[in-house]
Amino acid sequence: MKIPYYPGCTLKSTAKHFEDSAIESAKKIGIEFVELPRWNCCGVVAPLATDDIMRHVAPVRNMIRVLEMNRDGLVKDEKRLLTLCSMCYSTLKRSNLRVNELIDDLDVLNDFMYKEEMNYDGSVKIVHFLEVLKEMGFDKVKDKVVKSLENLNVAAYYGCKLLRPKEIGIDNSEVPIIFEDFISAISANPVDWHNKSKCCGSFLTVDNKEVVVDLGYDILTDAQKSGADIIVTSCPLCAYNLDNRQKNIKEKYPEFKEIPVVYFTQLMALAFGFPKEITGFDGNYINSVKLFKSKNIKV
Amino acid sequence: MRIGVYVCHCGGNISDVVDVKAVAQEAKKQGDVIFAKDYSHMCSGNGQQMVIDDIKEHKLDKVLISACSPLFHGETFKAAAAKAGLNPYLIEMSNIREHCAWVHFDDKKKATEKAKDLTKIGIEKVRNNEPLETIKTPIGKRVLVIGGGIAGIQAALDLGDAGYKVHLVEKKATIGGKMAQLSRTFPTNDCAACILGSKMADVPKNKNIKLSTSSEIEKVEGTIGNFKVTIKKKPTYVHPDACVSCGDCVTPCPVSMPDEMQWGVTKRKAIYLPIDFAVPNKYLIDGDKCLNIKAQKKTGKPSNVCKLCQKACHQDAIDFSMKPEREEFTVDTIIVTTGYDVFDATRKPEYGYGRYENVMIAPEVERVIVHKGEGTPTIDMGERIAFIQCVGSRDEQLGIEYCSRVCCMYATKLSQLLKSMANVNNEKKELYVFYTDMRTFGKGYEEYYKATQKMGVKFVRGRPAEVIEDPETKKLTIKVEDTLNNRIIESEFDKVVLSVGMQLSEGGNEIAEILKIPKSEDGFLQEAHPKFRPVDTGKDGIFIAGTAQGPKDIPDSVAQASATASRAMRLMNQGEITEEPLKAFIETDLCDGCGLCVDSCPPGAITMRDNKAVVNPVLCKGCGMCIASCHVDAIDLNMYTNKQMLAQVEAALKDKKENERIVLVFANDMCGYKLADSVGTAKKAYNDAVRIIKVPSTSRVTTKLMLQAFSMGADGILLADCESKSSDFAGSLEMATENVNKIKSILTEIKENPERVMIFQFATVMLPKFVMLMNKMAKIGNDNKPISKANREILEKNISKWLFEK
Amino acid sequence: MIKKIKITSHNQTFYEKVKTISGEDIAVCDRCGVCTGSCPLTIEMEISPSNIMKMVQLGQEDVMDYNSMWVCSTCNYCTARCPRGLDVSKVTEALRQIRLRTSFDKIQIDKIPKEELKDLPQIALVGAFRRLTS
Repeated sequence: MKIPYYPGCTLKSTAKHFEDSAIESAKKIGIEFVELPRWNCCGVVAPLATDDIMRHVAPVRNMIRVLEMNRDGLVKDEKRLLTLCSMCYSTLKRSNLRVNELIDDLDVLNDFMYKEEMNYDGSVKIVHFLEVLKEMGFDKVKDKVVKSLENLNVAAYYGCKLLRPKEIGIDNSEVPIIFEDFISAISANPVDWHNKSKCCGSFLTVDNKEVVVDLGYDILTDAQKSGADIIVTSCPLCAYNLDNRQKNIKEKYPEFKEIPVVYFTQLMALAFGFPKEITGFDGNYINSVKLFKSKNIKV
Repeated sequence: MRIGVYVCHCGGNISDVVDVKAVAQEAKKQGDVIFAKDYSHMCSGNGQQMVIDDIKEHKLDKVLISACSPLFHGETFKAAAAKAGLNPYLIEMSNIREHCAWVHFDDKKKATEKAKDLTKIGIEKVRNNEPLETIKTPIGKRVLVIGGGIAGIQAALDLGDAGYKVHLVEKKATIGGKMAQLSRTFPTNDCAACILGSKMADVPKNKNIKLSTSSEIEKVEGTIGNFKVTIKKKPTYVHPDACVSCGDCVTPCPVSMPDEMQWGVTKRKAIYLPIDFAVPNKYLIDGDKCLNIKAQKKTGKPSNVCKLCQKACHQDAIDFSMKPEREEFTVDTIIVTTGYDVFDATRKPEYGYGRYENVMIAPEVERVIVHKGEGTPTIDMGERIAFIQCVGSRDEQLGIEYCSRVCCMYATKLSQLLKSMANVNNEKKELYVFYTDMRTFGKGYEEYYKATQKMGVKFVRGRPAEVIEDPETKKLTIKVEDTLNNRIIESEFDKVVLSVGMQLSEGGNEIAEILKIPKSEDGFLQEAHPKFRPVDTGKDGIFIAGTAQGPKDIPDSVAQASATASRAMRLMNQGEITEEPLKAFIETDLCDGCGLCVDSCPPGAITMRDNKAVVNPVLCKGCGMCIASCHVDAIDLNMYTNKQMLAQVEAALKDKKENERIVLVFANDMCGYKLADSVGTAKKAYNDAVRIIKVPSTSRVTTKLMLQAFSMGADGILLADCESKSSDFAGSLEMATENVNKIKSILTEIKENPERVMIFQFATVMLPKFVMLMNKMAKIGNDNKPISKANREILEKNISKWLFEK
Repeated sequence: MIKKIKITSHNQTFYEKVKTISGEDIAVCDRCGVCTGSCPLTIEMEISPSNIMKMVQLGQEDVMDYNSMWVCSTCNYCTARCPRGLDVSKVTEALRQIRLRTSFDKIQIDKIPKEELKDLPQIALVGAFRRLTS
């Protein structure tokens, strides 16, 4: 199955291991990511000011690319646009929702982008990789597992953007299970914990490190208390705040014990038996190799 | 002809928006109008007297009242006409309140213009009215009461005492309903079982009441005075006449499960007595759980599995071969008291019900208190208890907007009871109620609330965000903003009690479908008028009471139940009922005897006699489907004649200005018209191009009439009917849809936008949908323009050709 | 000291402005406090989210003097739970916009330490600058 794929900025830089592990793992279960030609930044944060339509230009332009891919035969009747990054998912999906709800806005946007070869008609569907996996059936994932992760206790960190607001969420916003089902499918052991969708502080990490440290401390220690060995996420910003910021957490809370935070696709690639060039655990800040070793999992 | 016109101010409701004097002046210009007056309250005694006096003095033979909805005051003015000696069918109403002033409140000029138009339409209709006589049929004194909770019991007893024959049907094995599951009742703290028990016992004692428990309504057909009812009685597997309620059968039964009457707080066996004060006080077997019955159902043959209860029974009362029984009977009126279901708290996962063992719902606490009071404690409530209010009420995340009205008071009651029981036993108990607003509106309720505060229950204003369980201690932390102190409370409790709201019961939903009675936007059964007909439904002879109509407490339920009894008696005591003369009739001179109408009539009311069609008025339902089948216009419908329909359409369109938009909405009175009224009552604005014309059903709107309307300049036509499940007329919707499709194809043929005509099936709750469609219809067209002159001419020329072809 | 305020038509103007930018019908807020209880960032806020809503309702412009609107990370916990179906994050965005549209920047790139800037991922920088600068 070929599906249009939107990487977004960070997956081409600091989160390259997220992209690599995802693309290769997906191939193994028969999904081929076809990267959007000429994609542009989605704007990261969803436009919230109702009177400002212009911020929807960037997301909608990417959706026009999906229509073009269909026209040009790069994909066949595939109007879904797959995302990995939770932020991109949320921003693209919310823009898509808005132009579908307010048709007049769509006219304004199409007018503004009159040089584009095609008009956007609202027909693209923004999906997250986890949704695509669920739709295919997590059994397909399970079938490809060659390396058992059964001793690994994994806390799924949803963060905000995969679940809220409700109309764009990939699962129930209060009691989601899609991530846990995925973890079970790759043979690891999902732990139930409370802070799975608590905010990591998001972009505040730039000007308000303090609050991100406090939030991170709460989230990470809650995961540890619930028995987690490792945390998985699907958002490069969450990953930075929960992984890289552990050095700042340690500074403020000396008794804090570090815990690895990785992308869910890295564990998927690990379970599928890919080598370390693909799993890319070197790319994470907190070393996870020690943990895998202690669980008898060869990386 | 001498027509008198009255324009009502409705005490400002109309006159604040509409220039009523201008409307009256415009009316006066119409032919045959002798005078047009405006008056503050037409419906008042003085207003009615004015009409009566004028009819006599000015020798009026037609009257138009431009005021509120005819569904609201139509009868009032008919009665006034009758008093003045004028045939009541020669008086009409134009609805310039619900369909004009209340929906175009933001533009006085446009509202006034539309009110003028609506008045003119009314004048043209009444000009063509003919004198008619109501039809009288006999009515008996038999009542069906559906649901044996406190409301049903009260209604049945009132009627039974008054000498009416009541059949009380209850789905469960005992009557008593939800009240039988309560501990005590606010604000008096009476024991629920004590005050209800004696009322329940009165039911079988009353010789006029027949009680069917474990029974469900399967089918109801017919109308007031002649409802044919079929009920199905589930087998109880215990012969009630033989059972002496000794209870010896219970001990040997090996099957145990949570007792639903106890909200799962205690267990019961597969053979059981629902509650100790059950009426009828007979044991029964739960067919879904009993080992023998299950085996029987599996194999389809009698089984020898278990039978321990049968061995224990000295009376030989147990019969595993009992089968469901059906019973058919006829009643004259029906009272629906199907009650409520509590909100399913698992739909609010952030509060953890079903996930955390120490989170309870309030009904469970009722039973805990009962058992503790009886000295058989069940669940230990711990020391620190928090109540969370508005769970499943006032929450748009759940699509529930309404307040459930009883939760403030029952949480106050339960916290008070827990506190006082603890005080008696010298136990420490801390109680907190987290609320958004405390609503203690009833008699003695505020005093009760204050007494509870005095006892030391703490009321904190804030809606908790979430409940978090400590996985080890199982204690619960509540996160909530104390909005009166600007603080955030994060505190631990032993038990959290969710004050769950009410919603229409599952059974109530089924009954609404069977009886085809409408529901309001909140999902409860809808009353005919919120103030003046609070226990009537849109259907004659069917009444509603108790929580089926909306959340309410016991005093209100009982009061409503007595009201239904009184409303039902009011009808039945007269011995006969009057019916509108809404019947088809034949212009015998025109009838050419082709016989096509005979097949067009679903109830089979038309037959041929001497080569002419004849209508049987008893069978005719007044849907108007036959009219389109007649190619010589020989069939017509009283109250909605071809002349009247055309006159209204003409009046609506004749003064249409260039670039003005007119959308005709033919709304059936059961759903479409009622919904338009509700939209008005809710003051939801829509485009002023809309002109609503009342019809009995949309199949009355013939293709000819629609083509005529377009040729006269209508920019859109919407047929607003009921959803098929609540439609009174079999086949009517299908026919109307077919007619609409015909018009669509004609519009397409002449390159007009086919979306100019549409049929929509409305439930009476679809207020936003109605508004949206009205606005959409007002803008539709080719490039958003009014219908073109050229196309109008083509339509006019070809009407007969198209009618003949299609 | 308890602050004394007057409510004038000027307040109504401010209210309308916030309403237009946010697209939220702020008038229906009952201040039940669910947003505040749900908000993970109240630890840093000078006034609570529900307090913001109530201040805007009466058009009290000094709601802008508190840090809360800058602390909101738009995680939408409040949105998912508000029993009146309101989106508080759109209201805080409206307040930020009102300030930002006066050509104001909450953060400046040259004030961020060099080593932080090197370390921070693109997603954080783009996100922060789009939310917090004009």
